[in-house]
Amino acid sequence: MVQLKVNNKTTDEIVATQAFTDKKLVYDTQQLNLWYGNHHALKNIDLAIKENEVTAIIGPSGCGKSTYIKTLNRMVELVPSVKTSGKILYRERNIFDADYGVEELRTKVGMVFQKPNPFPKSIYDNIAYGPRIHGIKNKKTLDEIVEQSLRGAAIWNEVKDRLNENAYGLSGGQQQRICIARALAIEPDVILMDEPTSALDPISTLKVEELVQDLKKNYSIIIVTHNMQQAARISDQTAFFLNGEVIEFDQTDTIFSTPSDKRTEDYISGRFG
Amino acid sequence: MRYIDHQKVIKRMSTRMIVNKIFKGIFFVATLFALLALGVLFYRIITQGIGYLSPEFFMNFGSRFPEKAGIKAALIGSLWMMAVVAPVSLLFGVGSAIYLEEYAKKSKINDFIRMNIANLAGVPSVVFGLLGLTIFVRALALGNSILAAGFTMSLLILPVIIVASQEAIRAVPKHLREASYGMGATKWQTIVKIVLPSAIPGILTGGILALSRAIGETAPLVVIGIPVIIQFLPQNFLSQFTAMPMQIFDWAKRPQEEFQYVASAGIIVLMILLLLMNSIAVFIRNKFQKRY
Repeated sequence: MVQLKVNNKTTDEIVATQAFTDKKLVYDTQQLNLWYGNHHALKNIDLAIKENEVTAIIGPSGCGKSTYIKTLNRMVELVPSVKTSGKILYRERNIFDADYGVEELRTKVGMVFQKPNPFPKSIYDNIAYGPRIHGIKNKKTLDEIVEQSLRGAAIWNEVKDRLNENAYGLSGGQQQRICIARALAIEPDVILMDEPTSALDPISTLKVEELVQDLKKNYSIIIVTHNMQQAARISDQTAFFLNGEVIEFDQTDTIFSTPSDKRTEDYISGRFG
Repeated sequence: MRYIDHQKVIKRMSTRMIVNKIFKGIFFVATLFALLALGVLFYRIITQGIGYLSPEFFMNFGSRFPEKAGIKAALIGSLWMMAVVAPVSLLFGVGSAIYLEEYAKKSKINDFIRMNIANLAGVPSVVFGLLGLTIFVRALALGNSILAAGFTMSLLILPVIIVASQEAIRAVPKHLREASYGMGATKWQTIVKIVLPSAIPGILTGGILALSRAIGETAPLVVIGIPVIIQFLPQNFLSQFTAMPMQIFDWAKRPQEEFQYVASAGIIVLMILLLLMNSIAVFIRNKFQKRY
């Protein structure tokens, strides 16, 4: 069982979130619309995401699920010609506010991408990248963060003797867990995962899924997946997206046993998508 | 219904094989021709020039007498000029490339600029010489100094460096930038820590090849009036100087036959310098090349 140790003041945030037993909202999306040029990709999205839960977003290709998760840390703005309207409240503050810096937001909201994307650097430097850009220089502190993050991502035992080797020498599954460790190293509040297992083999997928279960004790996790069984296995809440709209959002058990919308039922029973 | 008649395919097979062999032959001869031309050139220059390549050749200034003529002033002058060209062209070239690739938003003006930088790379070097003459030699009153020549050469190779750097920067995979931005890195941090380390082999390879062009270029130097007979070494960046291609050009046009051999000796020195620079480029590329 992995338990992150809270041992310095930069982790105050985690302590604060752990102190509350009733689950608060991390994200409250209100009437979000998004356009790529003229293409209306997200339509009137309303979603309330609770802390310390795993929220899965499912739907067929092109339904806007990846766009939505990239909007939560404003990575979608890297695409030119993106326009948005509406609000996304993160911890009660609108992330589209002019004075809300994306850098600040992304320090609290880590992201794991579809394809493992470690830097062409050593394992150590990969994990230390985030803390370093946020100003941590002390070697001992960095050592601790690296160990803690790698343990957090359940990969410490596999790589502890080769921290100075290039991360490209690892297998795809290991690389993805390095990327998760790298996201943990900035001590985020939320971790966004955009189809994190789609490029992995079944055993690596299983490891990442187990990891997600562990991580939700300390983090809120939002995971996009095209794999419905995966959503059913690991998530607490599930949102079903179709053509840029949220068709249904409910407890995962409910979605998979008694969905209220016909389209949700058709999708999860494999009739399309 | 079958569209492929295998009997016919087998019949046509021998013709196809012959066509294949013919083209292989044509391409081989083309390569051979290029290599042969290069070989003849090398042979002529080395056999002619080797006799004049002595320690004195490097110690002497230019002279009316072939046996006393040396490349000292031109070699040192070229090195001084490169001391201006390398920092100026790399700084401005890589800076422009970073701006165009990482900061500039997509707009019609920026597309126009991008396209025209590529076009600038094709402008004849004489034209750059005239530009240097107007701006640096006359308007800024630098005269025919090392600084004026260095700036002119920098302008000449700037488009090449910009284009090569842009390509190197563009080749850095997008997912690495995303990973960096996703952790809250600023654009500058991402450029310094992720983009440049991955792009540096490409940038330096292109940069060094461009610098080798600057060291061998003659036309702009002729236009801005770099003298040939110089009997002293440069004291500072405002000194007059001469450069290797100028010196070689001067020797080659002299009537005495011996000076042809001196010119060959000069060409050998210049070629060794160029080969050295190109090997550094290859070395850097191999050493720092990274897999994605």
